[in-house]
Amino acid sequence: MVARNAGIDRLRRDAAAGRRVAAQARVLETGVARDEAVEDPDGRAAALVAEDAEVGDERLRLLLLCCHPSLSRETQVVLTLRLAGGLTTQEIASALLLPDATVQQRIVRAKRKIRAARIPLTIPADLAERAAVLTDVLALIFNEGYVAHSAAAGTLTRVELADQAIRLTAAAADALPAEPEPAGLLALQLFHRSREAARTDEEGALVRLADQDRTRWDRAMIARGYAVLGRALAMRRLGPWQVQALVAAEHTRATTDWARIVRYYDLLIGMTPGPVPRLSRAVAVAEVEGAAVGLAAIDAIEGLDGYHLLHAARADLLERAGEPAAARLAWERAAALATNPAEIAYAERRRRACGA
Amino acid sequence: MPGLIDAKDTDMKYLLLIVSDPTLPSPEPGDEGFDEYMAAWTRYTQDMVEAGAYGGGEALQGPETATTVRHEAGATTLVDGPFAELKEHVGGYYVVDVDTLDDALEWARRLPVGTGAVEVRPIFPTDGF
Repeated sequence: MVARNAGIDRLRRDAAAGRRVAAQARVLETGVARDEAVEDPDGRAAALVAEDAEVGDERLRLLLLCCHPSLSRETQVVLTLRLAGGLTTQEIASALLLPDATVQQRIVRAKRKIRAARIPLTIPADLAERAAVLTDVLALIFNEGYVAHSAAAGTLTRVELADQAIRLTAAAADALPAEPEPAGLLALQLFHRSREAARTDEEGALVRLADQDRTRWDRAMIARGYAVLGRALAMRRLGPWQVQALVAAEHTRATTDWARIVRYYDLLIGMTPGPVPRLSRAVAVAEVEGAAVGLAAIDAIEGLDGYHLLHAARADLLERAGEPAAARLAWERAAALATNPAEIAYAERRRRACGA
Repeated sequence: MPGLIDAKDTDMKYLLLIVSDPTLPSPEPGDEGFDEYMAAWTRYTQDMVEAGAYGGGEALQGPETATTVRHEAGATTLVDGPFAELKEHVGGYYVVDVDTLDDALEWARRLPVGTGAVEVRPIFPTDGF
């Protein structure tokens, strides 16, 4: 019943989307925002948005405005969900685990800045830089929903937030047909989302990829992911989101080619130097060259000591290397650093399995 | 994108506040590269004039020449120095007369500042107040 209501709500939202895009665009441009009584006495700015513009174009303008580089990242996220996604302040607050007042304040401030500084609702000639910001924001929204810092009670579940991110990313990819990275991100999201039903067990604990019941994966969604990724790759401008989608695609195959995944991560490290891709690479290396080599690679990474997944990866490899006592400590550390209940439960269970 | 922005409604001015660390070396008259340095500023200003975006702009003398007049409860006191003791100081400014923040940001990007920051602030429109 709850799911059904959520579905109806979503349909209502989608039906209202077109109207909302045009309305919000006008609201922002004219300064007649609902939550701030700003006068527009002669109404001269009332019809700034071209009436004959394509809805897709308007949607892109709105997305680019929400993700304008002059706004902070937190503001971009909240504004995108509010104006482009059509979520209420309360829904955003519960999805992002923020107080309502914080979300409300960010939106009010952002609208004020958009009007006062006249941030334009235009599509710039050079889209690449703006598309990159938009893609990062949409990835962050998906991550909030999918990786979930903690389970949220409230009107919007984390899965719905991830789905909202997928809809917005699909809209962005549609509106930016010459940019491969939004499509790369969309493919990545679809691959992740296809595994949702198999990701947790009855107790809500995480089931790792290798142990998942593959019959519960959504094959239609995976097929869509492949189609989207294929279109992106055909543009022959590889970027970090496409590479991550390639890794996720490899994981949907019957047998995983880990050596290929190591090569994907080599590519990714070249594009986004940071410790997290190196951790992913180390895990893949362990599958190819054994736990000891993987552990050495993890121990060579600096700056990730506070990241629970580093300790989870170490713990797993220590177990495989036949060092249960060290593994137990590492699981303990992973559990202590994780914030998502499912991830904590998983680490606790693995820790107990290592014995006392 | 015709019709997106009403031309009559686009009279905006922005202050580009050029902030830099005065202890960083900048070319002095007679130094090698000084002529190129000055030429870059002249060209920048000329470009702005030709684009119809120039609304004024000056370079300021160093913060050691500043005097701050502080107003408190109707009384004023003089302080020798800039309003805030910071590593970086306002070194100059431009006013740009453009349509949108994006245009102003583009002018801020193009400033021939070696190392420093440019704060872009919309100036209150004079109409409607």
